[in-house]
Amino acid sequence: MPKLTRREFLEMGAKGVVIATIPIIFKPNPAIAFLTPPEGKGKLNDYYKHFGVDEKTIREIMATALERGGDYCDLFFQHRITNSVGLEDNAVDRAYTNVDYGVGIRVIEGEQTGYSFTEETTSKAMKLAARTAANIASQNKTAPPGGLTFHQTPNYYPILTQWEDVGVDQKIPYLQTINQKVFALDNRVIKSQVSFSNESSYILVATSDGKIACDYQPMTAISVTCSAEQNGRREQNGFNLSGRQGIEFFTPENLDRLAKESVQRTIVMFDAIKPEGGEMEVVLAPGRSGILLHEAIGHGMEADFNRKGISIFSDKINKPVAKEFVSIVDDGTIPNSRGSINMDDEGNDTEKTYLVENGILRSYLHDHISARHYKVKPTGNGRRESFRFPPVPRMRNTYMLPGPHKREEIIGSVKKGLYAESFTNGEVHIGAGDFTFYVKSGWLIEDGKLTRPVKDINIIGNGPKVLENIVMVADDLKLSEGGGTCGKDGQSAPVSMGLPTVKVSSITVGGVS
Amino acid sequence: MNKKERLDLANWAVNQAKKSGADQAAIDVSYNRNVEVGFREGKIEQLKESDQNSLSLSVYANRRYSSHRTNDMRKDSLSKFVQEAVAMTKYLNEDPFRLLPDPKYYEGGKKTNLELNDPAYEKVESTKRVEIAQKIEGAARAQSDKIISCTSGYSDNYYESAKVNSNGFEGEEYGTFFSAGAEVTVNDQRGRRPEDWEWATARFYKDLPSPEGLGKKASQRALAKIGQSKLESGSYDMILENRVGGRFLYSFFGPMSGRSLQQKSSFLDGKLGQRIGSDKLTLIDDPFIVSGMGSRLFDDEGMATKRRVMIDKGILKAFYIDSYYGRKLGMDPTSGSASNVVFDYGTESLDKLIEGTKRGILVNTFIGGNSNSTTGDFSYGIIGMYIQDGKVIKPVNEMNVSGNLAELLNQLVEVGNDPYIYSSLRTPTLCFKDVQFSGI
Repeated sequence: MPKLTRREFLEMGAKGVVIATIPIIFKPNPAIAFLTPPEGKGKLNDYYKHFGVDEKTIREIMATALERGGDYCDLFFQHRITNSVGLEDNAVDRAYTNVDYGVGIRVIEGEQTGYSFTEETTSKAMKLAARTAANIASQNKTAPPGGLTFHQTPNYYPILTQWEDVGVDQKIPYLQTINQKVFALDNRVIKSQVSFSNESSYILVATSDGKIACDYQPMTAISVTCSAEQNGRREQNGFNLSGRQGIEFFTPENLDRLAKESVQRTIVMFDAIKPEGGEMEVVLAPGRSGILLHEAIGHGMEADFNRKGISIFSDKINKPVAKEFVSIVDDGTIPNSRGSINMDDEGNDTEKTYLVENGILRSYLHDHISARHYKVKPTGNGRRESFRFPPVPRMRNTYMLPGPHKREEIIGSVKKGLYAESFTNGEVHIGAGDFTFYVKSGWLIEDGKLTRPVKDINIIGNGPKVLENIVMVADDLKLSEGGGTCGKDGQSAPVSMGLPTVKVSSITVGGVS
Repeated sequence: MNKKERLDLANWAVNQAKKSGADQAAIDVSYNRNVEVGFREGKIEQLKESDQNSLSLSVYANRRYSSHRTNDMRKDSLSKFVQEAVAMTKYLNEDPFRLLPDPKYYEGGKKTNLELNDPAYEKVESTKRVEIAQKIEGAARAQSDKIISCTSGYSDNYYESAKVNSNGFEGEEYGTFFSAGAEVTVNDQRGRRPEDWEWATARFYKDLPSPEGLGKKASQRALAKIGQSKLESGSYDMILENRVGGRFLYSFFGPMSGRSLQQKSSFLDGKLGQRIGSDKLTLIDDPFIVSGMGSRLFDDEGMATKRRVMIDKGILKAFYIDSYYGRKLGMDPTSGSASNVVFDYGTESLDKLIEGTKRGILVNTFIGGNSNSTTGDFSYGIIGMYIQDGKVIKPVNEMNVSGNLAELLNQLVEVGNDPYIYSSLRTPTLCFKDVQFSGI
């Protein structure tokens, strides 16, 4: 299949496809009791036991991986259990599980990568994969590390109970409660679909630099889709919440929000129109509008594209790209956020990286290869979909810091424009800088007021131009709690984003005339 | 595992599921081998090689349903996996519509060799893979000194799968895919670096186009984008190049599905037998194309496949309905997914269709955008070429095309003679009258 390097973003359930989930079972065996003991070598030993390896075996596999030379190699062990339960037509009548287990082995020589993986972690299978990955190199062998040092990471996503200990019977009431609320909220509702998904991913990373680190990565989401009918017309919309959270995330307040938002967003569509298309002023609502940053600048700042000279930002580091009140960061450390990581998939510490600081372009997002190319410290952006893929520079939580303006002042300043509120997906071509995002719902702004709802329109712009055109930034930064998934090089990764209320002075809005 | 062992494993898992308390079970056991080469600046950028296995299980127990997948193929793990899957299913709510397909749908299929497997696969050497990627890059690079970057690639894939349904279906599939192409980025002097690609995929190695042709085409496409700009908002004729037709067709698969109909989220609900498009629109689901990307003798549920006219000269004839939603809707199942989609092709080439266009936009790339399956509203970002008086005038970008799918299908005025053969969605060039584009 053609492996296109399309950079795409999809909001969960955007295409109306509910991905369902499930059970108490499929516990890793032996289960990793990551809460006890949470720290230090004891934790590492649990991971060794889980994957059936020890330091000696890992060093032997590294020796095999480096037997034809190479500057570097790493091993990425992963065990991931994904569950989902779904409600449709008032019944929680479907459940899905996916169990994925394996190790990816990578050998790097210069900027060349050899990669292989195996779904068995026996010494024999790993050696075979290591030899395959080693084919990239063609010199004398490189010595493996003399020993591995455990690298302790902080925990940015504490949760109360590991997901394997939450049974399907415990989840069913959540779906039923939401479903009942959805129908109770408005008698125009004709259908409701609810999906509850969760994931536990256990990761062990060892590098030929002599580092070994491990992480437990939880993830959950509830997604609600609602259909309504009025005078023979139908509309459908939805809402979701997601994070590296435990079941305690789904408080009664959050279940209420899921029901209310999905119903309100559906009902408002009956009054919505398509605006007249063309260039206009656009105000972005705080929160999920951060998709603008993800597409307009985030991908373009991933260092692989810059190392290859194919990003429109390749020659702009330390140059002004926006007004001085614009600062944009990519941050892996936000508690329990969907895009947070305790370490990246190369075992590097995560951090808060400034892409733009007071209007000046600052740092690319790096993985191991690019950090070495640019001779900088890795930023903790080396991420991968699973053990089946080598890591590439990827975003985490990307957001703009608060600015000097007020939301009312911003909306009040627009004579005729668009207020963009909810989104489903976006895409960017990082060389030309063209990027888009799809506005599921929003409002027309006329003479400084939100007047009519609008729906289903695409917005398209040019990254650097739109950054220049950010003319107002409010003080009301909100981070998205939604379920965003980013696609790059055929790999998907969970991300999040955020934005204060922002005004862009000109951008092309889809519409009719 | 050989093919027989794979089928035996599927049967063993069906029995395990029944022993654990399932009334019915469906098992898929699959194997996939993939090799990929990425090539850049005269060097291999990435070599990737791997084998993967998986077992999927659908459980039907006491009118309850769940589905599971694992890649841990050790028998003791699988045994536990199947037991837990069945045990968990019992906690779910009852759904009387969940059953395996009626066995009558397993019968009456076509017996033919679809030729999906290339015996030459075994003989492709590592050095050959690298050589193809290298030649593509060389040809691409040779096109112009404006090329900033070219990443070329080659990959091949072999798969085998066995499928067993506990109520009387057993099937096997195996085949190959070969893929090659490049992505090229060029410098357009204004700080912009437009990119484009050319990729081909085939079931048989010999059917891949020449590496030189692929590289040249990728560069020419990227070079043609130099000087892109947006046009005035307004109404233009739209020519959709065949390679982007697949993305366009995807907006119809949702509304044509049994699930959308049953969940009342399809703008095509109630339109069966009615006109939904111009008489140029004939769409056929054809599972029997020899060496087709989506060819198959049975579908995901084991139901025997049939060639089906989905839309006949603008009249909607069929939906994509699986056995579950078919039962819920009280309709006969067709199949829950598309195989190969073919059109009633026209007689004109892309060049001829351009010549016949007075004022239009040739769309060769969609960027972002989406559609609403309930109402048919759509809005997509586009990149392409401005056409005036039958000639390509200049490259355009940063524009949106918007409207409603129900209306757009009636605006289809011409269908090209050029199916896109590198996909199961074999769309030709499609021409639409008076479509709304927004730019300046």
